[in-house]
Parts: sequence; structure tokens; C-alpha cells
Amino acid sequence: MNQSNLAINSLNDSDNNINVLVDPKDRKLSMVHMYVAFVAFIIGVFGGLLQGLARGGMIELPSWLGYYQILTAHGVLLALVFTTFFIYGFFFAGMGKTHGAFSNRLRKIGWAGYITMLAGTIITTIMILLNEASVLYTFYVPLQAHSLFYVGLTLVIVGSWIASAALLTHYFKWKKANPGKPTPLFGFMTTATLILWIVAGLGVATSVLYQILPWALGLTDEVNVLLTRTLFWYFGHPLVYFWIMPAYMIWYVVIPKVIGGRLFSSSLARLAFILFLLFSIPVGFHHQLMESGISELWKFIQTVLTFVVVVPSLLTAFSIFATFEQTAREKGGKGIIGWIKTLPWGDVRFFAPFMGMLAFIPAGAGGIINASFQLNAVVHNTLWVVGHFHLTVGTTVLLTFFGAAYWLIPALTGRRFTKHANRCGIVQTWLWMIGMFFMSGAMHLLGLFGAPRRTAYATYGDHPQALQWFEGIFASHITVAIGGVILTAAGVLMFYNFIYLAFRAPKGNTEFPITPDPDDTPHIPAFLENWKLWIGIVILLIIFAYTIPVYEMIVDAPPGSPPFNFLIR
Amino acid sequence: MHLHKYEKIWLVFGIGSLVLFLAVLGVAAFAFGHQPPSHMAKVDSQNLDQDVAFSEPGVTQINDNTYQARIIAQAFSYKPSRIEVPVGSTVYFEITSADVVHSFTIPETNINFMVTPGHVNMAEHTFNEPGEYLVICNEYCGTGHHHMQMRIEVTE
Repeated sequence: MNQSNLAINSLNDSDNNINVLVDPKDRKLSMVHMYVAFVAFIIGVFGGLLQGLARGGMIELPSWLGYYQILTAHGVLLALVFTTFFIYGFFFAGMGKTHGAFSNRLRKIGWAGYITMLAGTIITTIMILLNEASVLYTFYVPLQAHSLFYVGLTLVIVGSWIASAALLTHYFKWKKANPGKPTPLFGFMTTATLILWIVAGLGVATSVLYQILPWALGLTDEVNVLLTRTLFWYFGHPLVYFWIMPAYMIWYVVIPKVIGGRLFSSSLARLAFILFLLFSIPVGFHHQLMESGISELWKFIQTVLTFVVVVPSLLTAFSIFATFEQTAREKGGKGIIGWIKTLPWGDVRFFAPFMGMLAFIPAGAGGIINASFQLNAVVHNTLWVVGHFHLTVGTTVLLTFFGAAYWLIPALTGRRFTKHANRCGIVQTWLWMIGMFFMSGAMHLLGLFGAPRRTAYATYGDHPQALQWFEGIFASHITVAIGGVILTAAGVLMFYNFIYLAFRAPKGNTEFPITPDPDDTPHIPAFLENWKLWIGIVILLIIFAYTIPVYEMIVDAPPGSPPFNFLIR
Repeated sequence: MHLHKYEKIWLVFGIGSLVLFLAVLGVAAFAFGHQPPSHMAKVDSQNLDQDVAFSEPGVTQINDNTYQARIIAQAFSYKPSRIEVPVGSTVYFEITSADVVHSFTIPETNINFMVTPGHVNMAEHTFNEPGEYLVICNEYCGTGHHHMQMRIEVTE
């Protein structure tokens, strides 16, 4: 067995990798996801720019464009549409690469999923543009959007399930055809992520189909507000892990190859993903710590479970940095930290995700603060929270996805990842980090001074407390707007990079980097692949964390709420 | 499954920190009573005018320096829109909503909680400094959300 951490014969190895191209039909399916993702991205970015400027009082929005309308578009297009389409595109490409070409039947199912998601996205976007759905991406009732907004969101979720069926069947077919073999890491991680997504989606689908849609169509008069919120956050927290897990996949599976090494351990990588699957769902109450109708005990139980889900992130941090150090040392890196110089800093495929990892250090620490039970009162619904998730999803996940796009897009379109694209990527990454430093940094501080999130320009009758949010040297809405302008420049550059790599770069081959199997691959404990066991435990944990409080919400519910649709226009 | 020695140290340190953090939160909550606002009382949000507690919202004095403030949040104001208490008073806020989800937030204090229709939420605060305190809604409640505010006048 090869004991080296380096991919020996890297030249042959990468030749080999280039030869194992993704089937052209699978590439096309993957690429159509990317078009939607990046179109949504650039519209979402400009939404963010307008928000930042309007909130800072630097511009006034025209009368036909509402602040909350743009806010809804920004959240839906970036947090839901960009991420979901990018992730499914990435999954189809990676599964085609590591598990062989999809069968025609499965590929058709994949297309059906894509078309359903796209239809849902278009319907939702039209409703937002018509100002019939300015309810933000959390769509808390009893504010009520047009029923088609909910129909569109349902189609996005259902479409993603159809696509998941194609991906999961592809994985289990491979497993059946290769009995006793450990499955490729990419497929294992895709499966864990998709099971998480399906189990989580059941919550929001139940809420929309049984509660909100009948109520929006006028079939029922009232809605149980607390139950919809609980079902939303049952979905909403695993949603963030649905973003993070594919980013971690890139760290685990792609980055080791990019830096010329191999992943440190396969078992630990799999264990981390199982822990994410188990503990990211029964934790939704940590988004509801400040509301009535849920007792302190159940909130605390879910707070404990929330802290457990930090453990796989700790595992990930160790694995990734161990991979970095081993690879760097085998390449001749010396010293306690001197080996860091050996890493390929000039390669954006490494550099962008690495900056994302750095951002995750303050982001993760902020997350622990948010989840800290009574301490949440200090930051709940303030700009602190917005600063937090612009680090987690807006920096860690996005920079990792961008880092992957630089090789994935040309690999899918049969083009070359050029030096020019690499240079643009490095500049893009720096701009993004600098913009985020100003924007997210100022948001965190403004939040500590009590500035609310999701709120248009307001000085509250020139109250001194509200005025200080505009007058701070760094902690000011003006700083947020400046950061937003820099981020917009970075966003435009990223869109250019996408267009260049998709249509303009010279024809040729680009490597789809996948780590060679870690040394411990033959010794992976069999229980890690026992999906029935893990799904069983997921269900038990959900039943434990949710049954009693949800039962109380239903049986002991106050009179429900009628629709309030006039408040959003 | 093999764990590297350094990985064991890292995990023991990491998990140990998490356990310590949780212990601090748990002791503060269950021994000292610093719980997040989780009031269980319910009301009929569409008929608050017939409600015993909320038909006449406002401030009531409970004893020397303790007050109860019952306030209704509604798009896009609070009822009443101004209350007055002497400095040094402890105020028990009981808030409910007449329509959609709001919050009751006094910036730079620990008073910051959700107000969901059908439920009453509460928290207490002692006002040790005189002045005009700003109360805002920090949960999006419609087109006029950023105008939603009230004042608490803490007098000498």
C-alpha cells in the first residue's frame, strides 16, 4: 500500500484524471444548473447593493421598488436559488465523475428535477417582482404572499427531491454493483447531504402544503402561527448545513488534490458527515429562543443538540489542516508553521476556499454565541445575525463554491482554466474578503449596538440611539454600504469569470480534481455505510426533540390568525 | 477507526470547551433563573378588546418600584405609544400582537423578544438611568415596519 500522502506520479495521475471525463450528457445537465445559479447570483448581488445604499440613507429607492421587495429577492435568489442550483450542478458532475455516467433513465429524472426547480424559481421570482410576495425568504405568517409564491417555493423543493432521487439511485446502483467495497467519498457525502435535505424539506413542505397554501387560497380561515414557524426552522437550520456540507465536500475531496496531496483520513471524513446528518435537524428551536409558546426546557435541550453539531466542524478543521501540513512537509516544507509557504497560494482553486476557511473561524465562534440560549437576547434579530451569515454562507460557502467554479465550469464546457482566469479569481477573492470585512464587520458591531436587521432606512424620529448607527467611525450603516459596493464589484468580476470560463476561454481540457483514496480506505468500519441505521437514529432524534413541544403547539393552540396580505404592498 | 494523538487532544479541548459553555448557560438558566423569554399564556389575537388583560393596555403599579406594562404590538405601532415610570423601577413587560409577528426591543438592553399573535411574551427590566428609551420592532411586519416604535420615559 502506498504510505505517502502525496499523490505519487502526479503527472500520470492527473492525465488519468483528465481521461476520466464526465459524460458529455451529464456535463450538460450539470451546466444548465450553473447558468441558473449565476444569473440568480448577479441579480441577487445588485439587490444587495441597493439595500446597502438605501439602508445607509445614501440613495432613495424609486416608488415602484420596495426595500422589502429587494430584500426578499436578495434572500431568495442568493440563499435559496444560487446555492441549490450550484449544489445540484456540482452533485451531478461529481457523481458522473466518481460513479460513472448516469443511465439515460436516471438522467431524464435529473432533467425532470431541474425543470421543476426552474419552473418554481421563475414563478417565485415573478411574484416577487410584481410585489405580491414581499414576505422575505422566511415567509413568516400571518403576513401573506400571493398563493403562487408558495406554489413556486414548493416546486423548487419538490424538484430538488426528484433530482435527489436520480442522484441517490445512481449511488445505490454503484454500491450494489460493487458489494463490500467502500463507496467513493464523493458519493457517500452526496448521499448524507441529500438525506439531510429530504428529511429537512419534509418540515417546510408539510407547513406549506397543509397550512399555508390552503390558507393563502382561502380554503381555510386561520393559520397556526407558532406551528408554521417551528416547521420552518425544523427545515431552516438543516438548510444551512445543506449549504455547508457541499462546501466541506470540496475541502475534503477536491482541495487535497489541488495542493498535490491526498486526504488525511476517509473514516473521519465519513464520521463528520454522519454527525452533520444526525445533529443538524433536531436543533431548530435555537432560532426561536426569544419567542413564547415553547418552554425553556425544550429550548435548552435543542441548544445542547446544537452544540453537538459543532463537533463534526472541529473534526473537519483538524482533517483539512492535517492534510495541508502532511502534504506541505512531503513537499519539503519545514518548521512549525514554515511549511505553510509550500501551499499553492497563487492557485485560486486553493486560495479562494482557503479564505473561506479563514472566515469560518469568526463565523463559527459567532454561531456559538447566537446559539447560547439566554445570551441570544443580545443579538437576536439585530444586524449581528446578518453579519454572521454573510460570513458563513456569504463567505465560507460562496468562496468555496467560487473556488470550485474555476475548474468545474471549464471542465463542464470543455475549456481551459487559464492564467488569466486564475488572476481574475485571485483579485475576486481579495475584493470579496475586503468588502466582507467592512460589511460584515460593521454589521456585527451595529448589531451589538441594537441596530435591527430587515429594516429600511429609519432614524426613529432622530432618536440619539438610532442616529449613532449612522455616526460611528466603523460601526455605521455607511461602512456597511461601502463594503456592499466593494462586494458588488467582486460579484460583477465573479460573473465575468463565469461568462469567460463558460463561453470565452480557449477550448481544451481542465482537470476535475478528486483526491486519491486516503490510506485508511480499505479499513473503513462497515457501520459508517449503514444508511438504515443512520436514518433510524435521525428519526429517533427528531421524535425526541420535537414530539412533545409540537404536540402542545397543536393541542393547546390559541385561536389562529387570519391573513394579512395588505401589509406587504 | 484510528484517531491521531493530536486529534484526540484537539477534540478533548474542543468538546471540553463546549461542555463548559453549556454548563455556564445551564447554571445561569436553571439555577439563577436567567431564562430566555418563553411565556406560555395565550390570547385571542383578533379579539383583544374583550381580553381581560389587554382590553386596556398600559402601565399599572404593583408596589413601590415595580410596574406591570401591558402593551399591544400592531402594524406599525405600539399601544400605548408612550409610557412613563420613575427611575429605579422594575418593569414587567407583557406584550402581545393584534396582527402579525413583531418584536419588542429596547436597544442595548436585554429586552429583545418576539411577539407572536395568539401568545403573550414577557420579560423584566430595571431602569436605573433616567431618559427617553427607544423601543423598536426588529421583526419585519410589513411596508411600514421601520416606522414601528414607542418610547419609555424614565423620570427622575
